[in-house]
This record gives sequence, C-alpha cells and structure tokens, in this order.
Amino acid sequence: MFFPTQFPWAKDQSLGEHLEASGVSRRDFLEFCGQMAVLLGLTEMAAPRVAAALEGVKRPVVIWIQLQECTGCVESILRSADPSIGELILNIVSLDYSHTLMAASGTAAEAALASSMKANMGEYLLVVTGSVPLAEGGIYTTMGGRTAKDVLVEAAAGAKAVFAVGACAHWGSVQAAKPNPTGAVGVAEIIKDKPIVHLTGCPPIAETITATFVHYLTFGALPELDSDGRPLFAYGARIHDQCPRRANFDAGQYVEVFDDDAARKGWCLYKVGCKGPATFSPCPIFMWNMKTSWPIGAGHPCIGCTERNFWDTMTPFYNRLPNVAGLGIEQTADTIGAALAAGALAGVAAHAAATTVHQIRSHRKAAAAEGAHDGQD
Amino acid sequence: MAKTKVVVDPITRIEGHLRIEAQSENGMISTAWASSTQFRGIETIMQGRDPRDAWAFTQRICGVCTVVHAVASCRAVEDALGITIPPNATLIRNLVHGMQTIQDHVIHFYHLHALDWVDIISALSADPAKTSAIAKSISPWPNNSATYFAEVQNRVKTFAAGGQLGIFTNGYWGHPAYKLPPEVNLLAVAHYLEALDWQKDVIRLHTIFGGKNPHPNFLVGGMASAINLNDTATINAARLADVQAMITRAKRFVDEVYWPDVQAIAGFYKDWGAIGGGTGNYLTVGEFASVDTNDLDSLYFPRGIVMNRDLSKVYPYDHTLVKEGITSSWYEYSGGDAASLHPWEGETVPKYTGPPTPWTYLQDEKKYTWMKSPRYDGRAMEVGPLARMLVGYAAGQKDIKEIVTELLTRLDVPPAALFSTLGRVGARCMETVLVANQMQNWYGQLVARIKNGDTKTFNGDKWDPSSWPKTAQGYGYLDAARGALGHWVQIEDGKISRYQCVVPSTWNCSPRDEAGVPGPYEAALMDHHPLLRPEQPLEILRTIHSFDPCMSCGVHVLDADGHSVVEVKVQ
Repeated sequence: MFFPTQFPWAKDQSLGEHLEASGVSRRDFLEFCGQMAVLLGLTEMAAPRVAAALEGVKRPVVIWIQLQECTGCVESILRSADPSIGELILNIVSLDYSHTLMAASGTAAEAALASSMKANMGEYLLVVTGSVPLAEGGIYTTMGGRTAKDVLVEAAAGAKAVFAVGACAHWGSVQAAKPNPTGAVGVAEIIKDKPIVHLTGCPPIAETITATFVHYLTFGALPELDSDGRPLFAYGARIHDQCPRRANFDAGQYVEVFDDDAARKGWCLYKVGCKGPATFSPCPIFMWNMKTSWPIGAGHPCIGCTERNFWDTMTPFYNRLPNVAGLGIEQTADTIGAALAAGALAGVAAHAAATTVHQIRSHRKAAAAEGAHDGQD
Repeated sequence: MAKTKVVVDPITRIEGHLRIEAQSENGMISTAWASSTQFRGIETIMQGRDPRDAWAFTQRICGVCTVVHAVASCRAVEDALGITIPPNATLIRNLVHGMQTIQDHVIHFYHLHALDWVDIISALSADPAKTSAIAKSISPWPNNSATYFAEVQNRVKTFAAGGQLGIFTNGYWGHPAYKLPPEVNLLAVAHYLEALDWQKDVIRLHTIFGGKNPHPNFLVGGMASAINLNDTATINAARLADVQAMITRAKRFVDEVYWPDVQAIAGFYKDWGAIGGGTGNYLTVGEFASVDTNDLDSLYFPRGIVMNRDLSKVYPYDHTLVKEGITSSWYEYSGGDAASLHPWEGETVPKYTGPPTPWTYLQDEKKYTWMKSPRYDGRAMEVGPLARMLVGYAAGQKDIKEIVTELLTRLDVPPAALFSTLGRVGARCMETVLVANQMQNWYGQLVARIKNGDTKTFNGDKWDPSSWPKTAQGYGYLDAARGALGHWVQIEDGKISRYQCVVPSTWNCSPRDEAGVPGPYEAALMDHHPLLRPEQPLEILRTIHSFDPCMSCGVHVLDADGHSVVEVKVQ
C-alpha cells in the first residue's frame, strides 16, 4: 500500500521554495530542523544552521529499488512521526524512479530508470530495500524478467551513494536465516565500490531514514558510520546503555517470568531474553510510531533486530544471551540473583555492568579502527 | 472476433507481485490465469527452531499483515503444547487484531481500491457546494463544507496544472466504466487524503501493546505487556486512555466516512453485483473469541462453509479435509505432482520449470505460479470478508444478518448480488463496521476485568521446554483481513520439526488444480466478466482488488516490486 506525494518537489525548486509552496510555516520547519539536529547528535541550537543548509538544497535525484522484502520498511516510513515535513523530505525519493510510487508502465518505467540513470550518472542516491537472492541463478526474485542482482548492479553503477534500508538490504534478514533457501545476501555483498549506509532494523524506525537524508542534504555527505556501516547518530549506542530499565539491571531487579510482579513493576527483561546488551539501536531514544512506545517499553525483550544475523545469533529469543559469543554475562546475572539472596547487591551489579560494557568497547575499537567516531561509554 | 491475449504484470496497488493473464473476446473475458512469481521458503527456515520464536519468523512473511501470522503462530504452538491463555490476553489480541483489520480495510478501500471506481480527474469539474450537500446528506462527519471541498479540489488542480500527478499519472481516467458524478468523485478524493493521516494515529494501539508497528511483539502463552495501573512502565491508566481514544476515533471514521462512502459509491455500480462471483464456495475459520479460540460458540465471526452459493446451509469446517496440490505450481512432491497433502504432511520443495525470463506468456505452461492449490474436500474455496459475511448470514449471526439486510435494502438489490465483485467491497466495509463496534466491547471487558482485580496477561505453566511432551502437533487459525489463515506446527524434542502455513491469498490466488478447476481469482475473472478495452484493463483491476491480494503472504515470499506498473500486451 503506497500513498501519493501530495506536493511533488519540482526538479529545479530549492527545498525552501518547495516547503513554502507546500504551505509549511517557517516555525514548523525550524521545529523540524531542531528535532533532526537532536537526532543527529547536534544540539537544538544547530537548528538554524540545518535550516539554512537545507533551504538552498535542490532536489537530489533519488532512485529507489525494492528487491526481496516484505513491505514492512515502506510501511514503517508511512508511520513517520512528522507527517508533514518528514513526508515532504521523503517524497524526494518518489520522483525519479521508484517501483513503489511511480505510475509509469512496465517498459516506460524501465525507460525512465535508464534515462534518469544516464542523465544523472554518478550523481544520484540509490535507496534499496530488500535482499538479493543468489541461489538457482536468482530465479527466486525477478523483476520484469531480470534478476534482483542484475537490477541492483545496474542501478548502483551510477550511484553516488547507496542507502541500504532495513535488515534485508543490510545482510538478508529472515530469508537469509539458516538454511537460507534462496541464497539471500545484503547489498554490500554485491556492491563493493560505492559508499553504503546501512539503516538497519526489522524494520528500521522511520526517523532514522529521515534524519540520514537530512544529514546528507545538509552536509553533502553520509554521516559517520560504525564498522558495520550503520550511522553512529542512530546506532552508536547499545540499547542497554540507553534503556530506562537499566537502573533495574544494575540493581539486580529482573523479570524472572513474564507477567510476574517484577514485570508489573517494569523491571529489567534481561533474564527473559532481552538482547539489549548486545544490540546497537536508536529504539529507546527515537521510539516508535509518534513516540508512543517501544518494544521494551511494552514489556517484551529486545530481539536484536538491528544486528547482523540476529535470526540465528539472537535465537532462541527467550534465552539469555549465551549464544552471543564472548559476552558471558549469563553467569554473572545468576550470580546477581544469588548475591541478592545473600544481601550483597551493589558490588556484583557493578561488575555485571562492567562485563557487559566490555562488548561495546571492543565494538567501538573496531569502529575506531575504521576511522569512525569513537563514542563514549 | 479473434481472441485477445492480455497480460497485466504486475497488478498495482496490492501487496507484492501478481501477474494476471487472460484472453478476451467480444468485450468479455473468456479465460484467465493468476500467477505469483516470487518464492522465499519460510517453512524450511522454521525447522529446528524454538517453537516460542515461530511467531517472529512467520510475522516477517508480511509487513502489511503484520499481526495475523504472529497470532496464528502463537495459537498453533499453544494448541500443540496445551496452553490456555488468560482472558485478558485474548481481549488484548482481539484489540490488536481488530485494529489491524479496521486499518487494513480502510487503507485498502481508499488507497488501493477506490481508484478503480473513482475518477480523480473528474473531481476537478465538481461543484464543491454540491459535494458539500451530498456529504451532509449522508454523514455527520464535520469536514463537509463547500470551502473544505473547494480546497481539496484546488490541491488536485495544482497537481494537474503542474503536470505532476504523482501516482495518479497514467490512470485510466475518462474510461467509460467510471460512473460516479464529479461531486461524488471529489468526496472520495477528500476522504482518500484524510485516511492518510488517520491510519498513522489509530495503529498506535499496536505500539502500546506490542511496542512498535510494523511487526509488534507477541508472546506464546499470552501477551508480554503487563498491566499495572500504578506504574509508569506498564499498561496503566494513561495508556488505556490512549487506547480508548484511538478506538473512538477509529469507529467514528468508519461509521461517518467509510460506511457512508461505500454505500454512496456502490449505488452507482449495482451492475457489479452480477459480475465476478467465481467459485461460489466460501470458507471461514472464524475469529474474535470472547473466551477461547477453540470454543466455536465464542467466535464473533462464525467458522463454517457455504457451498454453491446456498445460504440455507452452513457446513462445519473439518481441517482434515484441507489439502494442497501442486499440479500448476513450481514445486515437487515426493509422491508426484498429482498428490495432494494435508499441511501436517506438507512439503515445500521449490522446482522452477517455467520458461527462461523474460516471459511473454505463461498461459500455455502447465505450471505457472509459486502459489500452491489449497482445496477443501477437493473444492476451490473463496476466503475473506465476503466469506465471513456469507457464512455469518447463513449461520444466523444476528449482527451480520442485520447489517447485510440493511445494505441490501438500501441498495435495493437481492441477496444474490452478494456473490460478486461488488459483494466483496460491501462485505469488507460491513465487517469493518462490526469490528469497530466490537472494539469498544472488548475494551470494556478488559477494563472491567482489571477493575475486578484481574491483571493476568500470561500463562507460564508450559513456558519451560522441560514441561513439553517429546512430540506434539497443533494448529492455529485466524480469520485475517484477507481471509482464513491456518498455521500447522509439529514439535519434536523441543524444536519445530515441520511448519506449514495455508494463507488467505493462497486460497484465493490458487492456480488450476489436478482436475483443472481454476482458483477463485481465475474463476471470478471468468464469471460474466467484461473487459471493454484490453489496453486499459480497469475491470480486471476491480475484481482482483476486490480480493485485496497479498502476495508476500500467499507464497511466503518477500515481494520484488509489484507496486508500480500495469503492463498490457495485446496480441
């Protein structure tokens, strides 16, 4: 299900002109820039700077292709918190080529893609949702009679940068779970010579995508990425380190079974399988669906959907983290339980926290080695 | 006159990738084929997994039907392990699934289906004052002034004048099959735009109970969202108040916008009450239990079968009579192509035998799709809103009987008009009205239980795998927005040994079976079906969209493209 662009952004219009023509007030625009600045890790004071940069931007050429996917990523974007401006920004993706939104017919669509790529060679942004199935010569996903791989390779050839949106485009996601019957892989397995930003998650939060666009338009470059190609402004911190239930973890206050007294007090879900300690995601900060809630906020453990191979490494979902190599905190949490019984709480809890922090440190080092921003823990 | 070969690939405004081929003669369709061209193999991926994880995997079959596979999966595992969920969990699942149904149906009508009936360009010549008068005569909905409709009209005019119609470009505007006066077209366009904002708001009910949408979280044994009125991190009074407000807004939009619009529009298309009926056999698994989904008496939409358009009798549903064949499908069975297997013996081994791509035509191929052919007692069955309304009507369900009678009376058409393309449109809207009413009922029950001190949302008796038998098998049903859904699971030593889903769009989009009997899409296109201009296959879209296809679900694939274009090859 796909919705129309209410106010198309004309090719030679600046964003400022486009917003004005669309009836967006200056005040709303500045407020939006403020929100985006915060999401991007700047302060709200940067709003006028973001606004000034954005206003002069001419509509970039964006081509959006959908490969092997479930439509959940597009649905997520449609639930964007800011319906007016967020959509207007995202609408830039609908104008040059989009399987989803364009109305041209089969051969005309192919022609539009070809001519847009030719006219903007080396300049356009390519957005990809979905994975690329390689088994059996690619017959499990064909578009207009061509394999997903061929479509991707051709579209990427003239791209300036690639936005790989969702876990499928990142690494294949659920169809790449063992035994991966269709041989599904992510975009980066195929495209090696272009900058790729991974806006991962199953699905990703709409604001992550919006903010990355804003960053690209404002600063003319992709944001800084971690070792797995994810922007640090969104994926730079573990859920565990931003979680409102972290105090409960540190205090050894755990949900032992769903709907127990601890669950009804909103305590830590680690023992019922929460993958927050191994998951880098903006969930606790950005939240979902107009900031209504988020998975842990609704009492369910994090399943780690922003991490590569989570369908295999994070499962069984309700087991404590032992399947995640090297983390070794299950024993620590048991120790906490025992220690609680013995009445010696504080020191052990601190130790548990230190142990889990070890993982993020090594993650950060990997990121730093790639020349990315080395965050604070 | 020679036969004209028509290919519509992909069908737009659906979820996923669907190709329709047909032959037309003298303005009518003589024969049709429905082909789904993607495969993923989720059932294979399920093997060896923890059954408590199954809901999350199967949920990713589709990001549109983001609730239904998850709940059907939980029910299958709960059935296998003998878990009864607490009444509060049943009520919360009803609320979550109910809102999914409402949101899905409204979006389907306005954003996926309406453009088959509503001519956007014609709205430009409407008199906003007359539109306002019509709006006021059919509904108390407040956005009904002439100024408001003039504003909407101006917006569309700006579009058209700029030469940038967005997704409206290349529609079949001006096609003689469009019958609405400009004023009604303008009314529908206004509501098309209003529904865009409405859907984002009401779906937040999923976020409150499941943490996010798409893909909210579920739990075998109940729901994970604990209730405590006196805590900030749980389902508390503030979150319940938000839920109540969303239910109110959802119901109001359905009662005051969707329901009057469908009646107004249907009045101009009564001829479609005799077109596109198809198989005439209808199957429901039933939905919205007040206590227990296996207690048939507690299902709000009854479970049952109507055969041969005979509304005087409802047959009981017996799942052992469900079998899937692959005669026309790109799979192989160990027992050969003619075999037909119950889901507990189901096999999903893909074997592509189609022509090398790109295809010109598939209609001469013996096998032409990734869809299997599910059959009930050997018969092709239609599932979905129309099946639910017909089975409910035949079974004497009071609310269904009343609303069906109301619609038939208002439109002044006989019950036989239900077996049609228009019948599907009307049925979808009628059940949305009914579900929107039930939302308040379920919410009231939930609040009353909490008031009486019952906040239990989870049954953990069989949570630990050590409490499970060595082997177990079960099934879970759910009558989803698009129709009867069944998940079948077998468990050995705590792991899934076999998993099969029989999905609404597989029933409806199934190809010809071993006996050559076409599936419901195909049969509907061959049932008194016009096709005036093969190069503008508007009528095909009307009937196919009336089923609300969801191709990702149907073949458990992730779609390739499918939303963009209509390509017609005429030979």
